[in-house]
Amino acid sequence: MADMAYWEAIRRAHDEELAHDRMVIAMGEDIGVAGGTYKATSGLYQKYGAERIIDTPISENSYTGIGIGASMAGLRPIIEIMSINFALLALDTLINAAAKIRYMSGGRASCPIVMRTPGGTAHQLAAQHSARLARMFMSTPGLRVVTPRGPLDAYGMLKSAVRCNDPVIIIEHESMYNMRGEVPDEESFRPLEGAEIVRAGTDVTLIGYNYSVHLCLAAADKLASMGLSAEVLDLRALRPIDRDTIRRSVEKTHKVVIAEEDEAAVGVGAEIISVIIEECFFALDAQPVRVHAADVPVPYNRLLEKAAIPNADDVLAAALKVLGRV
Amino acid sequence: MKADDQKRLLREMIFYRRFEERSFEAYMERKIGGFLHLYSGQEAVATGVLEKARCGHDYVITGYRDHVHALKAGAPPREVMAELYGKVTGSSRGRGGSMHIFDPSVNFMGGYALVGQPFPLAAGLALAAKHKGTDQIAICFLGDGANNQGTFHETLNMASLWKLPVLFVCENNLYAIGTRIDRSSAVIDQYKRVGAYNIPSSQHDGQDIDVVMAAARTAIDHVRGGSGPYFIEFMTYRQRGHSMSDSNAYRSKEEERQWAERDPIKIYGDRLKKAGILTDKDIADLEKSVLDEIENEVVRFAEESPEPRVEDLNKYCLDDQPNPQWIGPLVQGDQHG
Repeated sequence: MADMAYWEAIRRAHDEELAHDRMVIAMGEDIGVAGGTYKATSGLYQKYGAERIIDTPISENSYTGIGIGASMAGLRPIIEIMSINFALLALDTLINAAAKIRYMSGGRASCPIVMRTPGGTAHQLAAQHSARLARMFMSTPGLRVVTPRGPLDAYGMLKSAVRCNDPVIIIEHESMYNMRGEVPDEESFRPLEGAEIVRAGTDVTLIGYNYSVHLCLAAADKLASMGLSAEVLDLRALRPIDRDTIRRSVEKTHKVVIAEEDEAAVGVGAEIISVIIEECFFALDAQPVRVHAADVPVPYNRLLEKAAIPNADDVLAAALKVLGRV
Repeated sequence: MKADDQKRLLREMIFYRRFEERSFEAYMERKIGGFLHLYSGQEAVATGVLEKARCGHDYVITGYRDHVHALKAGAPPREVMAELYGKVTGSSRGRGGSMHIFDPSVNFMGGYALVGQPFPLAAGLALAAKHKGTDQIAICFLGDGANNQGTFHETLNMASLWKLPVLFVCENNLYAIGTRIDRSSAVIDQYKRVGAYNIPSSQHDGQDIDVVMAAARTAIDHVRGGSGPYFIEFMTYRQRGHSMSDSNAYRSKEEERQWAERDPIKIYGDRLKKAGILTDKDIADLEKSVLDEIENEVVRFAEESPEPRVEDLNKYCLDDQPNPQWIGPLVQGDQHG
């Protein structure tokens, strides 16, 4: 086991996959000579050269399209988009092309690309650098969407994504690149499907993904100190959603809180509540509660930003509400 | 060029014209649905350019007016017609339709409805060829309207910067649906727009297949020789509307008549007759053999083919046989952090 930062785990996955298969390339803004905004590709330009670690101009839609075209001819491009906000520029090639080409060719063509992009609020980056947008990708058939919560999944899911034959969106988080965790020394893979019970409990299920799993874990600690047992479920993949694991947890605890960093409307929580209602409505003892961002563009001011984004106390308060403790 | 090849090229263009006109009839009979964009009048461009490419080896990609590019690239005509009919035997198994013909078995990488989207996809195909060290090139056919998309500028910049083996073929038919080029482009000559990206470009008559082939030869040699991208503009004209619902109200009968005189099949047929290679009777025989083939081999196959099974609705959305090592299931309690 090695203790490493989230960015180091991503870098290691790149390195191993680039070494494993010459068809793997990486492309994005500042990923080569500059080493990557979040260091996720640092040193790889020197090791693999400009032909495989491609610094792109600021042309998100077209360099994503170039990656897609290359993938149709056998390459395995890992495309970095510096911020998920900028991924909006690439929605045409991503959603109109990558997500649909396998289907509209009757399975005769495929686009095995990986798109990595951080989607989350950091510190006072204001509205155009703080979008989350997971809900936009999770609603698109033809894509896989995963949300690693720590170094182990950041490493193992990227490796699986490179080898998988479908287009995979990996949503990272600007506040998580320095988060540390253990990753096995030997090469390993983490599956692109399946929710994970991160902490077992009996009184309430706290559901999160990516950064919000950590809010759920912090809330679970506080609940434990109050003698309440929370189960924490990491969705891991937003597309497809693991309905079985959600159902089994709800059938055990009968109470649910869903924590998302995004705004609530047409979002992850809305979808998960629908899944619960469809799968196990009669297992519920209380109405589910969503913890989510305020319905505004993310503000710059420190106090306003803090007020706009959910924290562990918000998850705790929601849990106490569904437990009837307030 | 040998006389046999010249006769073959004339027959090919006649075949493409009849294929399009026959699909128009099937559309009117409601056997073909959706949008149908016909290539009639522009045959010399795809036929001439791809005659000089290595079809089946080079990558070809285009927009939604894609039947003839697919056919010349090597897609079986019966499968293209079956696709228009939405049949499971179609090029795209009935999932794509007229605008999305695919045949990767001959490296025809698809028709796309988003105007300008094939620019980066073509550059990506070229990037892959270059990375693999093959001598393949990518050929991207698009209309003049596509040049007003951001992907045009973004892709030309990267294709030139990275010296990608991609040939951009602009089929300038003067209209972006119903908006004439002088009302949508600040620069009328499209090949001049490319100069800013340090890419060689030229403009030619797209109605004369001999002119098209000569221009294509130069451009393809440049691209295959490793000198980076090339952009050729061919001046052409679609004889039919943009698609089936087009009233053609935006252009004059006189303009249509003038371009009809420059019909690429007529130009080439007249030339072959003048050279003593074909007689009027030979051409009539060609026409008849084309009609027979389209009716008996192409349309019949499409009509008699089965529909896709409704049970297969979800097929092809993702890889149908994924490797469980990458996908799952996840073993609970396996987490490390």
